[in-house]
Amino acid sequence: MSQQQKNKLSNVLIYILLAFGAITMLLPFFWMISTSLKTAGEAVAMPPIWLSSNLQTGNYEEALQAAPFGRYFLNSIIVTAISTSGELLTTILAAFAFARLEFYGKNILFVLLISTMMVPGELLTIPNFVTLSDWGLINTYASLFLPFLASVFSIYILKEAFEAIPDEIYYAAKVDGCSDWRYLWTVMVPLSKSSIVSIAILGIIGSWNSFMWPLIVTTEQTMRTLPVGLQAFTTEAGTQYELLMAASTIVVVPMIIVYIFLQKYIIEGLASGGSKG
Amino acid sequence: MLKKPTWKSTLQSLLYLLPALIFIGIFNIYPIFKSLAMSFYEDYNIFTGEVGEYGLANFIKIFNDPSFFTAIRNTFIFVLGVVPISIVLSLLIAIMLNRIEILSSFFRSVYFLPFVTSTVAISIVWNWLYHTRYGLINYFLGFIGIEPIAWLTNPDFALPALIIMSIWKGLGYNIILFLVGLNNIDKTYYQAARIDGARSWQQFVNITVPLLSPYILLVSIIGVINSFKVFTEVYSLFSGRPGPAGSALTMVFYIYEKFYTEYQYGVATAAGIVLFLIILVFTLLQRWISKRFIYN
Repeated sequence: MSQQQKNKLSNVLIYILLAFGAITMLLPFFWMISTSLKTAGEAVAMPPIWLSSNLQTGNYEEALQAAPFGRYFLNSIIVTAISTSGELLTTILAAFAFARLEFYGKNILFVLLISTMMVPGELLTIPNFVTLSDWGLINTYASLFLPFLASVFSIYILKEAFEAIPDEIYYAAKVDGCSDWRYLWTVMVPLSKSSIVSIAILGIIGSWNSFMWPLIVTTEQTMRTLPVGLQAFTTEAGTQYELLMAASTIVVVPMIIVYIFLQKYIIEGLASGGSKG
Repeated sequence: MLKKPTWKSTLQSLLYLLPALIFIGIFNIYPIFKSLAMSFYEDYNIFTGEVGEYGLANFIKIFNDPSFFTAIRNTFIFVLGVVPISIVLSLLIAIMLNRIEILSSFFRSVYFLPFVTSTVAISIVWNWLYHTRYGLINYFLGFIGIEPIAWLTNPDFALPALIIMSIWKGLGYNIILFLVGLNNIDKTYYQAARIDGARSWQQFVNITVPLLSPYILLVSIIGVINSFKVFTEVYSLFSGRPGPAGSALTMVFYIYEKFYTEYQYGVATAAGIVLFLIILVFTLLQRWISKRFIYN
């Protein structure tokens, strides 16, 4: 066999393996959607029915009626929007100070902040819960977003991006009489767009999918976010898998749509974030 | 080339820093000290916040609690099950993705998909896939003559079920990091190796692995840290319980139970401190390995 034939053969093998892997990755999603469109009988049929001939879209209506998923959805959107935009604002301001301004104790403060990243967030959950219940904020939107309005990790990532912007631009702007504040918003932020978008997307994914914290700070049904509401729904739906899968689809699909449109930013953001951390 | 700080510039900087510092101070820094203090509380009244005295009672309690050791053991099994397999699989997939051109980014997106979706939703889907009688997984296993496995109700299979799902979910993230690493390898190394007649596996062992080793370390550190903190997967896969007969009780689940269902805040934070120390030791160990053995 010549080298070229060998390469061709190995390429075919690679495609077969990758396709097998891709099917494994997609099958649970397909099965979720497929089950969500079946009757109760079809859902538990053996051998399994791959796709119902009579698609039961009524499962979605039934799931939406059985639990206030509309309300959960709204809660998730409110919490995600506030925590992500708040995090972006505090991050941009703090990263600017670290990257561009000079102040006493800069290095010590930065090392102090970075070292807090070593502590697992799960440990902080308990004192944070105590703080928020002391303030009487359990079962409020505030308790769902307050702890996430600033992130050391995001500040670190954006500081790096800001530092990559040449000093000369800053001095030129200063000569032209541009204030720091205007320089930040008209030069640095637009030039660091991709990092900011990545931070925003990671914030959105994290907040939308967050589970332990909203589980702890919400005891009232009306304050639940989507993942907490979905988890609670499993006890209500019991073994009605077609309804459970319909509800899961409702939770998963918005993120998949966001992912399809913004995957370039998501993947780049995670890659750069991960390899720097 | 920045100017020297002055009191004026420090004051101005403080205005920029203040919003972040307030939230980080209240929700990241204060709770570190608070949880350290809480772990030494004795006779803590959760309603009034009164502390009787300080002592080691909480630590003595967890180290005399057999379920705490079960939690530690299960967490270690989980970490040892997920991290190595996930690294090998994702490395192989990343290398394959790096070799092809057509459809490469499509495959990358597909492998990454589970990572962006809600852990709760996806764990509920896997709960359905693992169903003993109607689950797709047992149906497939039936083709190769394997009797239905009670994945979620047999204590022996609870951890394997959790591990398989977690590998599936986290694979894409590792692949992305390995792809970054592979792109950073200078292609001329391979050209030189081919001229010298090196076979592909020789290239893999002598070029790819050593040059990728910083990324292998990075992925293993991230993987170990995240796996030690597994919680949501357990909660949702086993419908809010730590597996049949506590067989999938992990450290964070133990902390959650002590804190949220038993209101033993001191015990919960003490267990949290132990978790933190374990993670810290592992991170330092991995960094030490990196200094000694990793090519840089």
